[in-house]
Amino acid sequence: MSPYARRRATNSLVLGLSLAATVFGLVWLAFIFWTLLRNGISAITLDLFVQTTPPPGSAGGLRNAIFGSLVMTLVATLVGSPIGILAGTFLAEYGRANPIASVVRFINDILLSAPSIIVGIFIYQLMVLQMGHFSAWAGAMALAMIVIPVVVRTTEDMLNLVPGSLREAAFALGTPKWKVIVMVTYRAAVQGMLTGVLLAVARISGETAPLLFTALNNQFWSTNMNAPMANLPVVIFQFALSPYKDWQSLAWGGALLITVAILVLNITARLLANLKSFAK
Amino acid sequence: MADIALKGADSGARQHTLDVVFRGATWFFAVFVLLILTGVIVSLVAGALPALQHFGWGFITSSDWNPVTEKFGALPAIYGTLVTSGIAMLIGIPVAFGIAIFITELCPPWLKRPIGTLIELLAAIPSIIYGIWGLFVFAPVLQSTLQPLLINTLGNLPWIGSLFGGPPLGIGIMTAGLILGIMVLPFITSVMRDVFETVPTVLKESAYGIGATTWEVVWNIVLPTTRVGVIGGIMLGLGRALGETMAVTFVIGNAHRIQSSLMAPGTTISATLANEFTEAVGDLYLSSLVALGLVLSVITLLVLTAAKLMLLRLQQQAGR
Repeated sequence: MSPYARRRATNSLVLGLSLAATVFGLVWLAFIFWTLLRNGISAITLDLFVQTTPPPGSAGGLRNAIFGSLVMTLVATLVGSPIGILAGTFLAEYGRANPIASVVRFINDILLSAPSIIVGIFIYQLMVLQMGHFSAWAGAMALAMIVIPVVVRTTEDMLNLVPGSLREAAFALGTPKWKVIVMVTYRAAVQGMLTGVLLAVARISGETAPLLFTALNNQFWSTNMNAPMANLPVVIFQFALSPYKDWQSLAWGGALLITVAILVLNITARLLANLKSFAK
Repeated sequence: MADIALKGADSGARQHTLDVVFRGATWFFAVFVLLILTGVIVSLVAGALPALQHFGWGFITSSDWNPVTEKFGALPAIYGTLVTSGIAMLIGIPVAFGIAIFITELCPPWLKRPIGTLIELLAAIPSIIYGIWGLFVFAPVLQSTLQPLLINTLGNLPWIGSLFGGPPLGIGIMTAGLILGIMVLPFITSVMRDVFETVPTVLKESAYGIGATTWEVVWNIVLPTTRVGVIGGIMLGLGRALGETMAVTFVIGNAHRIQSSLMAPGTTISATLANEFTEAVGDLYLSSLVALGLVLSVITLLVLTAAKLMLLRLQQQAGR
């Protein structure tokens, strides 16, 4: 084989392998969705939404778990997003050449990838041990800790995309800096910032590890934030690992529900981000 | 006239106060981010102290884990964490590299975005979904196909044979590692893609101009230019794999033993925490679990810091 033919052959081989790698990656995605649909669809009934988690061997639903997940996600987002947005604002608007900002930026990126189970231990020590019992507040705070780095990062990125001339125009009119940020920069970046919040919501809606030691679980309907509260991820964890068929089926139903919700959030967030690039 | 001037001055002062307040608030919450990490480390160290004082270095060198006799050694969990992440990297790195090449060099432009998005969706799927899928679908498939194959082929080899010995259980270290390999794909791919895109087109075109093939351009131009960033991306994926909890907890088998076979059940730090934390009775037991968390944090923080430093270095290079 001539050297040229060999080089061509190597090239085709490697490019073929890279195509195979891409197919390999996508196959898992399809495999997981197919499994979820096949096992979960039969559990998606009206009962799933109106009944509470049953004892083994009887029929039931996930009403308390769905409610718990919604409430804790909502509280976590309401607590975490403003903190993240303000911190991200500092990094983008005040901290371009500030040493503290560089450190915050660095640490925030590490928090972004840090294991979520560690957050669970932290909140356990901080809240559960102090209060003496597991609670939905602790669960929501653990989730908020995960929201913050995501929102900080996207807020900073989105604010940096706002053209400086827009701010300068506002400054030239004598507008004070806080007003420029709130009335001009935020308005220009609002879609991007919303995307960040949606992605954070998507991230925490499936988080299980930080809830295990904080919100724990509750077999009954409870709206008391000071007590343990059922939530979808932990219920899925317990029910899937149980030997009871009814429970396993509910776990699959819950898994399908969470995944669909997260997909919708992700796709909405992406569309929102795209909408912005079209407007430009 | 005087009235108006006075009003203006007043409003100026008020605006100035608001400016200071707003800046102060953003500064406060930025520093709050630092406090989170500090708080996490302080609380872990404080919680782990009783166990570390009790066991000393024996905590990380002993493989004894017995809640009844209150003997706690972290070695099996550390071993499981490192080995599962190692397997994940063996799968994740070449596949992510292939996908990144495909997206940046091969893919027609209209397909770039959909494929990139689909690969990123792998990262959006929660860990617990990988876990339930791994336990009920993936593990049985491995048990009936890949594992018997490995036992009958590689298992007979000298030296490495013992790695593939024992019965095909389906669950175990290897299954956990393979699932982690799929889970880290999107993270490594997206960093590799981003750094590959930073290579100046002129560099690539000059290589194509002297007759290089696509692969030769990737191997001799793109990869050397972005080496630091690629390693950074790999470390980022490694950081994810080390701390991954729920998916591993489902399929690892939860055995505090170090066995020679990769198909045997084992445990990882995060799986031990997920399984035992809420059931831990006794201060020493709980403190040992927190100490495990501290070990995990130290390992992942080191890996993630290295990853971040490498990516920063590449950014500075690109800026020059």
